[in-house]
Amino acid sequence: MITKVDLVDVAGGNLGSVKRCLDRLSVEYNLVNPGNLPDGSRPVILPGVGNFGAVMGNLQREKFDQRVKELVESGTPYLGICVGMQILFDYSEESDSAGMGILPGKVVKFRAGKVPQIGWNSIEAKQEKWPNGFVYFVNSFVAAPEVSSDVLYASDYFGDFCAAVRRDNITAFQFHPEKSGEFGQQLLVNWLNGVSNSEGVAPRILNKTLASQGVENAD
Amino acid sequence: MLTKRIIPCLDVKDGRTVKGVNFSNLRDMGCPVELGLMYESQGADELMFLDITASVEGRSAMLEFVERVADKLSIPFTVGGGVSSRDDVTALLNAGADKVSMNTAAVRRPEVVDEVATQFGSQCCVVAIDARKKTDGDGWEVLVKGGRETTGLDALEWAKECAKRGAGEILLTSWNRDGMQNGFDLEMVKAFSETLSIPVIASGGAGNPESFVEVFQKASADAALAASIFHDRIYSIGDVKQAVKNAGISVRY
Repeated sequence: MITKVDLVDVAGGNLGSVKRCLDRLSVEYNLVNPGNLPDGSRPVILPGVGNFGAVMGNLQREKFDQRVKELVESGTPYLGICVGMQILFDYSEESDSAGMGILPGKVVKFRAGKVPQIGWNSIEAKQEKWPNGFVYFVNSFVAAPEVSSDVLYASDYFGDFCAAVRRDNITAFQFHPEKSGEFGQQLLVNWLNGVSNSEGVAPRILNKTLASQGVENAD
Repeated sequence: MLTKRIIPCLDVKDGRTVKGVNFSNLRDMGCPVELGLMYESQGADELMFLDITASVEGRSAMLEFVERVADKLSIPFTVGGGVSSRDDVTALLNAGADKVSMNTAAVRRPEVVDEVATQFGSQCCVVAIDARKKTDGDGWEVLVKGGRETTGLDALEWAKECAKRGAGEILLTSWNRDGMQNGFDLEMVKAFSETLSIPVIASGGAGNPESFVEVFQKASADAALAASIFHDRIYSIGDVKQAVKNAGISVRY
């Protein structure tokens, strides 16, 4: 399992609980921000809570968003959480602003039910090797990916919605694994394992990157 | 489908968990961190910690306590009690609380709800309302200062205003039922959950697993909170969840 990650600290909100969760999993983190850019040698976790436009605005300082996009497109494993998932897409209805445009689709507001959705919802895996279970959500907006094979988990809140995506080296959860009890921690471990073993996505690029940085256990 | 949440509430005073009847006659129930962990392992969906310490020393001790809880728990928790300013909220969130609950302070100065919701988001902004059936006429009135003071405010109107100002959830406690263990106030909870556009956490009166079934089925509560029946080990969270699940209500198991 990968034991060191770059944790993006510009998005506020749940950073503290993600740190605590990584501590519980014995995963070290290196904080990255516009003043300390990620170098691509470690997987990147971008947690985010709050307003889409505000998070994007923070990322755009010092062109940090471009650096993140560059890394993701060159194969660095990326885990987005909550708004960290939404910013992967082209556009969000929230604050009517553009995202990083890495995955095709837009972010839309829930059309029914009490908003925000707050609480535990069941998620159903759409890709192999990911378990079904209950996770904790706090969100008013959801991503609607254009490419259906990008969907990792589906869930239902007054209609189906996309709870997580996974494509190549990109994984992102709309829910909060760091607040989803043992099951949530298991999903993070799954991601960390997928990143470091041969069944993980984009392992070739990752291994090359890690090897070039002299990182051990890159297989 | 979103599940109904079961939330144990721990009243914390000087680092111990206590519980009273009608907000008085406090009894010691044990270490809140240990109790919290026990509830997490039993399947609690969230935890609520209510700080009923009045002193200044107690407040800084509370922040240390919140940090200890945040380090240990992997489920969300809310902290309330004496939260009166944006600074208090900032300190509690920084210490690791997921949500903060405001009560008297919001009644005294409603703008604090807007401030907290704008700065930190509605998701962490809970307004707690202690309500009692009006003695003259329909509806419920808001009580503050732990039920010791009436305000003349209509509770449902106040809840609507809070939602408009950006509160993410309403924690609705029935002063008539608190600690009585004779069931939630179904009429009141129903009126609130079906009127408000934000989730309602029902509180006050849980006596057995059937109380929870009723408040979800008959009063459309989004979540239900209880203290005594869990602290006294009369029922476990698991007992409640089993009953709720058996009634065909969606819960996390």
